[in-house]
Amino acid sequence: MEKITVEAVLENLQTVIDFATEHLEARDCSMKIIMQVELVVEEIFVNIATYAYCPETGAATFCMEFEENPNAVLMTFIDSGKPYNPLEKADPDTELAIEERDVGGLGIFLVKKNVDEITYEYADGKNILRMKKFF
Amino acid sequence: MEIKKEQNGSALTIKVIGRLDATSAPELSKELTTALEGVTDLTFDFAELKYIASAGLRVLLVAQKRMNKQGSMKLINVSEAVMEVLDMTGFASLMTIA
Repeated sequence: MEKITVEAVLENLQTVIDFATEHLEARDCSMKIIMQVELVVEEIFVNIATYAYCPETGAATFCMEFEENPNAVLMTFIDSGKPYNPLEKADPDTELAIEERDVGGLGIFLVKKNVDEITYEYADGKNILRMKKFF
Repeated sequence: MEIKKEQNGSALTIKVIGRLDATSAPELSKELTTALEGVTDLTFDFAELKYIASAGLRVLLVAQKRMNKQGSMKLINVSEAVMEVLDMTGFASLMTIA
């Protein structure tokens, strides 16, 4: 398992994205898959960096595991911030007219659109978000 | 991210180069606050935009709402990767993409 722990602040976003990209490139993932994973990693990490420990800061851990036949990447985000289940957030209505469209809820919606499985658990004082993506 | 502006009277073209993510979106947002004054014809040139995340989409949505009041806005040269995100979120049908 590949694992990285950083302080959950926006300045570390690129570090976590680079970590993910590096491991996907090593497994010859397509550019499209890499971009989709980058989007997933960004949206979750930014959520943790913005809300989990607010107004303090704390750590975020990101893990990647790979499976074969079929090829899949298992990604886990762990933080010790406030309990928060992002999957409870209602999806934005993508059919709404521009004036009714809200700027919220897009991040987690993009995450759900770009992974095949996603589960949330709060255990031992930690938010644990597990995702699986086939490639 | 890099921003290049080209103004021609009340027409403004903004070229966004690189990645429009949570770290760069606030910069574009700030730039637009003043740059859009008096603009009736806004064009975003995304030829060199490689990546967009929700933070970037929010900036586009705010810009679109503002331009609906004072003129029009369009996106040009949108790459396949960026288009995929616009499609996924329904933004493709909210905006003029040429």
